[in-house]
Amino acid sequence: MNKLLFFAHLRDEAGHESVEIDAAGKTVAELKQMVAEKYGVQKLDSSMTAINEEFSSNEEVIKEGDTIAFIPPVSGG
Amino acid sequence: MNFEIAKDPINVQAVIDKVIQREAGAITTFIGTVREWTKGKKTVYLVYEAYEPMAVKKLEQIGTEIQERWSGAQVAITHRVGKLDITDIAVVIAVSTPHRNDAYEANRYAIERIKEIVPIWKKEHWEDGEEWIGNQLETVPYPTGKPEEKDFHE
Repeated sequence: MNKLLFFAHLRDEAGHESVEIDAAGKTVAELKQMVAEKYGVQKLDSSMTAINEEFSSNEEVIKEGDTIAFIPPVSGG
Repeated sequence: MNFEIAKDPINVQAVIDKVIQREAGAITTFIGTVREWTKGKKTVYLVYEAYEPMAVKKLEQIGTEIQERWSGAQVAITHRVGKLDITDIAVVIAVSTPHRNDAYEANRYAIERIKEIVPIWKKEHWEDGEEWIGNQLETVPYPTGKPEEKDFHE
């Protein structure tokens, strides 16, 4: 299984802080598409993705046990 | 622990103390505060949220980048999360270096990088509404899904 984390407006849209899902073998891009459909999240295209707390590309393949976080454009500082 | 996410008010001197070194001829501090007016809209308060373990890692990465670019630099950064009122301190960056020009440049680099790669978000609360900042305008596209490597431009 994989843990997905949502932050900021993505969490508001998804209605969840985190969900468990089986995403192993999918690319980040495929997962984004799946999540957009399943949770009604609209703006994943403009979000970054982190796998196990490190930024990843849309081509990266997710492994069993990975934690995937969707990172909207940041606004700290 | 030079790089921290804090839930309580930040003690500025405590951040500065972390970069004190005998080799330094300068310490610069940047203190980011909550502004009341932005483009004609009055902010009542802000809420900051962080993906904390990753945010700490990314702050550490900024510290490493600075040490690679500015020889002899010491860096400490604390960013606050939670509800902040107008004039509250959101972030403190302290940089010490042997010479003052490097301390200024490196400190500027740190805040610009925070705004690029550290997973922290700000929610503005106005008198008539609220909004997560950094998303609605979609002015920051990420075509490859992650931030691009780019040089720092002053």
